Amino acid sequence: MANQTTNPINKPEEKGFGAGEHAERLSGLATTEQAEIDKKTGLDIFRDMTLGRRFEDKCAEMYYRGKMFGFVHLYNGQEAVSSGVIGAMKKKHDWFCSTYRDHVHALSAGVPAREVMSELFGKETGCSKGRGGSMHLFSKEHHLLGGYAFIGEGIPVAVGAAFTSKYKKEALGEKQSDSVTAAFFGDGTCNNGQFFECLNMAQLWKLPILFVVENNKWAIGMAHDRATSDPEIWRKANSFGMAGEEVNGMDVLAVREAAIRAIKRARNGEGPTLLECLTYRFRGHSLADPDELRQEEEKQFWSERDPLKALEKDLLTRSLATTEELRAIEKEIDKEVTDAVEFALEAPEPKPEELTRYIWAEKEERF
Amino acid sequence: MAGTLLFNALREAIDEEMARDSLVCVMGEDVGHYGGSYKVTKDLCEKYGELRVLDTPIAENSFTGMAVGAAMTGLRPIVEGMNMGFLLLAFNQISNNMGMLRYTSGGNYTIPTVVRGPGGVGRQLGAEHSQRLEAYFHAVPGIKIVACSTPTNAKGLMKAAIRDDNPVLFFEHVLLYNLTEEIPSGEYVCALDQADLVKEGKDVTILTYSRMRHHCLKAVEMLESEDIDVELIDLISLKPFDMDTIKRSIAKTNRVIIVEECMKTGGIGAELIALITEECFDDLDAPPVRLSSQDIPTPYNGKLENLTIIQPHQIVESVQKIVSKGV
Ligand SMILES: Cc1ncc(C[n+]2csc(CCOP(=O)(O)OP(=O)(O)O)c2C)c(N)n1
Repeated sequence: MANQTTNPINKPEEKGFGAGEHAERLSGLATTEQAEIDKKTGLDIFRDMTLGRRFEDKCAEMYYRGKMFGFVHLYNGQEAVSSGVIGAMKKKHDWFCSTYRDHVHALSAGVPAREVMSELFGKETGCSKGRGGSMHLFSKEHHLLGGYAFIGEGIPVAVGAAFTSKYKKEALGEKQSDSVTAAFFGDGTCNNGQFFECLNMAQLWKLPILFVVENNKWAIGMAHDRATSDPEIWRKANSFGMAGEEVNGMDVLAVREAAIRAIKRARNGEGPTLLECLTYRFRGHSLADPDELRQEEEKQFWSERDPLKALEKDLLTRSLATTEELRAIEKEIDKEVTDAVEFALEAPEPKPEELTRYIWAEKEERF
Repeated sequence: MAGTLLFNALREAIDEEMARDSLVCVMGEDVGHYGGSYKVTKDLCEKYGELRVLDTPIAENSFTGMAVGAAMTGLRPIVEGMNMGFLLLAFNQISNNMGMLRYTSGGNYTIPTVVRGPGGVGRQLGAEHSQRLEAYFHAVPGIKIVACSTPTNAKGLMKAAIRDDNPVLFFEHVLLYNLTEEIPSGEYVCALDQADLVKEGKDVTILTYSRMRHHCLKAVEMLESEDIDVELIDLISLKPFDMDTIKRSIAKTNRVIIVEECMKTGGIGAELIALITEECFDDLDAPPVRLSSQDIPTPYNGKLENLTIIQPHQIVESVQKIVSKGV
């Protein structure tokens, strides 16, 4: 386990490629160990990441064609984090908590593309019945605690889900209660009080939770190193006596390996982990962002590390897949995404007479 | 002395509900070992264990959000605001996640939570500890707001709040915890959405809540000798208002005075008077009146503090004036 202070601030020998400190950190990671996977798992991960990528590309297209409104934050470039972490967890058993950049977390958690696309189109068939929109995807069925549009506010909610897991086991005596919660959020969010408050509470009570930081270097236009006193977020775990790890967030198998370690700790009652994934978003902050601040050189550096291409290379070199199989998966995914759009286009709008529905609980909805 | 102290009535309610439903739990600052700053959770930690009565760090927004997440995943948390004013720091979680999340999620989740604690103006506690957040939270959609005022309704309302599947902000009053009263024996639950017709009368309706109920009762007593017959209604539910009871009363008395402890601007009475104007205009024989606290931070000095909030004699004067104004 890459833990706490044992890892000094790594500065690689070969500086000066111009992509900045965030990029430099990739070459100084304490561990780059990848998860062992079989063929099925490899293809599943490839499928999940491809779905994430192509779904988001389709969103951009639909947004510019005026089918989708509001703020839409795409996930391109960060797919290894969602697929690496959620892919290592148990669907409909473990819990997932996201931000406004939530489409792909929802897909990885198993929310059908039709439901996510319908939500973006504001339709009744959406996972939030058209009431939530891009930044508020929810699915109780798939244990998606939600997309949260305010910075940091999802973290306490995720801690609450982890608390329930512990409560059920220890206060209610449900021995089989071992669900783990993963909370996803960005580097900018790690300067918010709720982040620190929740790290403290989670470690204090040894809650089964993964704090997954998707450090893509930018918080809209605020560069990470301009916003924080110590850019190595994983090291902040140390202040709480918590396990912290940094991982190459462009390498899905490395993310998966780190996640597996963290999930194991959590399920064993050994407490939370702060997992910092070094990654990059390939598009602007949202589809409304002109993306004028980020340097070409930096973008170039990260696009050369496209997590989908990296996985393809891994699968091929390990003989876990053939190029034909991967292209066939992409075709399937394209069909699925096209189907989602067609479904969403034809789906009904919410009924005007149900405008005020869902304010109040309708019946006992206990577990 | 026989009877039950208000804080004990609340404690009984929580104790009974925790015994009845193992999903009910308490979280907040000093609720466990210390028993709550006003002893509302005294000894419950010993009885139910540290997880069910959870002492949290001083992190209002985060433990309130944690209660939301726990509620979404099946528990029924009661959050104690050590002083309701501190929940200004939890405004985001109360508004966005307790109040709005069920709707935003298209009904995916319910948030069965109670947020309770002492509110109101105490005795020289200074501005920050004398806040009336019921007014600040009033506009948040999706939350019920309730204020208890006697040991009897404190217990019955608390039990109802815990059983409700919606988030309930439950205001106690810092000066009412030691109120004593004989409360019904055995199990009872009060309706969360029903006003309490404290005293029937025919000349004027007074609408009030929380500690001001007791100021109003003093005024009503003083007015009896003058043969003025006041109808006194304790709103109990500050959101939604029990408009049926309110309208029925105004249709009878044709005059209404609102007595509140919150500030006048953006207060509970402001919303209430707007609704009364909309719904009872034709029944009114005199302009409705609001008796509210001054729009100032509550001063420390005792005399100034008394001048800040409404006193019984002001209620008396106001009633005399409105009654003499008849048509
Ligand atoms: C409380 C709050 N303040 C400000 C914003 C506006 N805002 C939206 S995203 C964002 C940057 C967040 O950056 P980061 O946490 O790194 O996540 P990323 O967008 O990179 O995924 C800001 C400031 C917000 N949504 N909520």
